[in-house]
Amino acid sequence: MAMLNFERKYRVRGGTLIGGDLFDFWVGPFYVGFFGVTTIFFTVLGTALILWGAALGPTWNIWKINIAPPDLEYGLALAPLKEGGLWQLITICAIGAFCSWALRQVEICRKLGIGYHVPIAFGVAIFAYVTLVVIRPVLMGAWGHGFPYGIFSHLDWVSNVGYQYLHFHYNPAHMVAITFFFTTALALSMHGGLILSSTNPHKKGDPVRMGEHENSFFRDSVGYSIGVLGIHRLGLFLAASAAFWSAICILISGPFWTRGWPEWWNWWLELPIWA
Amino acid sequence: MKIIIPSIIGAGAILTVAMMTTVGWDRPPIDAVQRGYRGLGIEHVYNPRVVDVALQANVPPAPPYEIDPEFELDEKASEFYENVEVLGDITTDRFNRLMLAVTEWVVPGGVSGEQNCNYCHNPDDLADDSKYTYQVSRRMFQMTRHINANWETHVAETGVTCYTCHRGNAVPENIYFDGDGASPSRGLMNYTAGQNIAGEQVGLTSLPTNPMAAFMGQEEEIRVIPLTALPEGPGASIQRTEWTYGLMMHFSQSLGVNCTYCHNTRSFYAWDQSPPQRTSAWHGIRLVQEINSEYLEPLQPLYPSNRLGPAGGAPKANCGTCHNGAYKPLFGANMAQDWPSLDSTPAVVQAPEMPAESEAPVAN
Repeated sequence: MAMLNFERKYRVRGGTLIGGDLFDFWVGPFYVGFFGVTTIFFTVLGTALILWGAALGPTWNIWKINIAPPDLEYGLALAPLKEGGLWQLITICAIGAFCSWALRQVEICRKLGIGYHVPIAFGVAIFAYVTLVVIRPVLMGAWGHGFPYGIFSHLDWVSNVGYQYLHFHYNPAHMVAITFFFTTALALSMHGGLILSSTNPHKKGDPVRMGEHENSFFRDSVGYSIGVLGIHRLGLFLAASAAFWSAICILISGPFWTRGWPEWWNWWLELPIWA
Repeated sequence: MKIIIPSIIGAGAILTVAMMTTVGWDRPPIDAVQRGYRGLGIEHVYNPRVVDVALQANVPPAPPYEIDPEFELDEKASEFYENVEVLGDITTDRFNRLMLAVTEWVVPGGVSGEQNCNYCHNPDDLADDSKYTYQVSRRMFQMTRHINANWETHVAETGVTCYTCHRGNAVPENIYFDGDGASPSRGLMNYTAGQNIAGEQVGLTSLPTNPMAAFMGQEEEIRVIPLTALPEGPGASIQRTEWTYGLMMHFSQSLGVNCTYCHNTRSFYAWDQSPPQRTSAWHGIRLVQEINSEYLEPLQPLYPSNRLGPAGGAPKANCGTCHNGAYKPLFGANMAQDWPSLDSTPAVVQAPEMPAESEAPVAN
C-alpha cells in the first residue's frame, strides 16, 4: 500500500507506553504497537468465544443468538462456561479490546505530539459499557445483572430492566442523558449544515466562504456564534455527557434506587411552596 | 479547556448531588430475585432493610389459645347460641375462640366503649342483630368462607382470614370508593378526567387516580394492546388505555412488585411468554369483581353515612385490601389453616406445608 510522502516524517519511532520498540511499526496504513497486538488478541478470542457460544445455543439466526450472563445465584463468582462463564470471558475480552484500542490511540497521540482528546472521548464510551457489565453488577452483588450479548436479547433486557423501575423515563439521569443525545444530534447537524453551506456558495463559481461567514450566520440568526474552535469543544462536551449520563442513569437504578422512578419526583410535590 | 473541564465536572457534580438530596434513595447491598431466564432482567430488586420492616409488619397473630381436642365438647354453636346463621356448624368452643380472635383482628384495644364485643353486639342480648356492624360481620364471614372454598384459583391453599384485610382496623386500610379522585365539578376549566394528581393508587404517576372504578366493579376485560400489525377498526381509547396502565400501577403498588412479576415486557399481552403469576392476577381481578358486586356493594344501605364514599357508595376492595404491599398477603403465611371454620369447603383437609415467610417473591 502506497504511503503518502508527507506521512514519512510523522511515522517516527518512540512515544510508546509499554514495550519500547516492540511492535513499534506500521502494517500498511495501520500503526500496530503493543496495544494493537492486544486489541487483535482480545478481539479474535472474544469473537471466537461468541461463535462458540452461538454454536452451543439453539439457533444461528443472527437476531436470536444469545449469550447470557450467569444466574444471579452465582453472585460474583465464576460460572460454568455454558451457564454464563462464556459471557464472563467475553466481557473480559471486550474490556481488554476496548481499553487496548484506547491505549493505542494514546500512543498515536504521543507520536504526533497532540492532545489525548480522542482517547478520552472513547474512554467515556468504555466507561458506559464497563458500568453496565462490571460496576453495576458488582454493586448489586451478581454478574447476572449485566446485559446479555445478543441483538434481541439485549433489547429484552433493556425493556425488562426499565420496567423494574415502572417507568424509566422518570429517571432524572436518563432525562439528562436523552437531552444530551438529542442536543448532540442537533449540534452535529447544524455544524455539518453550516460547513457545507459555506463551502457551497449561492452562485456557482463564487469563492468558498470561511469562518467569518459561518460566524455571521449564527450571529444574525441567534445573536451569538460559539466560533470555529468552540463548536468542537461543545460537540465533545455534548457527546461525552450523553454517554456519561447514560452510565449514571443505569448505575443509580438498582444499587441506589429500588423503587419506581415516578416516585422520585415527589420532591416536586413536597416543595414547601405548596406542600 | 482550562475553564471548560472544571465547569463540566462542576456541573456534573452539582446535578448528581442535587439529585441525591431527594428522599427514597437506597444503597448497596441490595437483594435481587431472579424470576426469568438469566440475563433477561426479569427480576425484582429490593432494599433488604425495607424488606425487613415489611416482614415484621406482616406476621400473622397466633390463635389466642389452643383448643385441646380431648376436652372439646361436641356441641354446635347453633345449638348453644341463638341466631347463628353462618358459623353454626362449628363447635361452641371453636366459635368462642373465633369471636375472641375476630375482636383482636378487627377492633383491638381497650375494653371500654365500643372497642370490644360491643362494637358489633348489643351487650344486653348478644343474639340481637340490629347493629349494622353485626350484619356486616355476618356477611363478611360468608364472604371469607366463599373465597376460601371457591377461589382457590387465586388464594390457593393459603386462603384468607379476617386478618388478611383488617390488620387490627375496623375498616381495612386499603379500600376504594367509586368517585375517589374525581375533581369537584367547578366547570370545564377544572375538569381533570380524574387524573394528573400523582395518585397514590397509581404509583404517583399522572394516570387516572381511580382505575379500579373501571375494572373492579363489573366484569370488564383488559384488552388495549392490538393483536394485528396494522389497525383494524378504532381500537382501544386513550382513556381506556390509561385506565389500564393505572390499574397496572395499582397492582404494582399493592403487591410491592414491578411489571416483570407478571409480564415479560417484550410482549405484555402474550400469555405464553408471561410468568404464571399473571394467571393468578387474572383470577384475582375476577375475585375482586365478584366480592365487590356480590358482597360489598349490596351492604351500602346498612352503613352510616361516615362509612360511605364521596359519591355515597359502599367501601370496596382492591388488590391492596388483602395484599397490603406484599406479593402474597402476609408474605404467604398460611394463617387460614389455623381457622378451618373460615373455609366452607365440604371436607376440610389439612393444607400442604407452605413456607411461613420468604424474603421476596419466588415462583409458585
